[in-house]
Amino acid sequence: MMAAVIAWLRAFAAFWYDFVVGDDWRVAVGVACALAITYGVSRTTIPAWWILPLAVVLLLPLSLWRVARSKSR
Amino acid sequence: MTHGALFFAVFIACTVEAVEATTIVLAAGTAREWRSATIGLLGALVVLAGIVAVLGPAVSSLPLRGLRLIVGALLLVFGLQWLRKAILRATGFKAVHDEQRIFADEIAAAHAAPRQERGFVGDWYAFTLSFKGVLLEGLEVVFITLTFGTNEHDIGLASIAAIAAVVVVAAIGFAVRAPLARVPENAMKFVVGIMLTGFGTFWGAEGAGAQWPGNDAALPVVVAAVALFAFGLVVMLRRVAPSPLAETAADQVSVAGHR
Repeated sequence: MMAAVIAWLRAFAAFWYDFVVGDDWRVAVGVACALAITYGVSRTTIPAWWILPLAVVLLLPLSLWRVARSKSR
Repeated sequence: MTHGALFFAVFIACTVEAVEATTIVLAAGTAREWRSATIGLLGALVVLAGIVAVLGPAVSSLPLRGLRLIVGALLLVFGLQWLRKAILRATGFKAVHDEQRIFADEIAAAHAAPRQERGFVGDWYAFTLSFKGVLLEGLEVVFITLTFGTNEHDIGLASIAAIAAVVVVAAIGFAVRAPLARVPENAMKFVVGIMLTGFGTFWGAEGAGAQWPGNDAALPVVVAAVALFAFGLVVMLRRVAPSPLAETAADQVSVAGHR
């Protein structure tokens, strides 16, 4: 019974991880970091709107590059 | 964001999900048993309605800034994943999504699976295949509808767009009783990836406390910039693409993008 519950919980967690995070966890971590930096900068007098676009410009090519490099080998 | 833009964004995103769900239900019904596949479809719709009933008021009651932070973060992660896959497909690094092939694979797997009766469900395989497919794709429809609708204070219009997309796709799918292979799904996924990334960037930054130059007028600029950047990446990756398939796929996306 306990084993079945654990297996169900694992499957449930795996489903939500796959649903939210997807294939590349680094993208999710990068977005979380960029949002945290945006929040920090927004508390100062420096404009903070550019941080998330910059994160996109960095994260997307990096994620693509990882796949391209592994496929090109 | 205008009403038209909200409707278009939700409609196109939900159309993509509906096409995938329809392919799975059609495969379950055609290869196995329509009654069990239909029970699976209805069961998933009941679960989705329950999720909407619970999540809808909860999401609506969140303060707008907190909502935009959470929704922006999720949309941005979703959007980057969609865009990543779309770019990889457009450049030949990943196989192009082919509903015809997926349908054939599902049919072959369905023919091979043993028949099992459980309760009032005559064919458990057809039931679970249909239930899981509709629930998974439906969750994304619910997420997109709730987040876009709540952010723009128009859940009604977002719901109408989502229901319209599902009804149109399901009606066509069940009328022709075949996978909707002629829907330009890969190009649509590319567009949805751009929209999710653009909206996620805009709302996420706002939720985290940033103020965009020009306020709401910055949103279309962000979406356009994401689109340009994504097409630029397609062009760059095509140069190192692994197969001739890349040019065909990228051409499809380029053509669709200019329509």
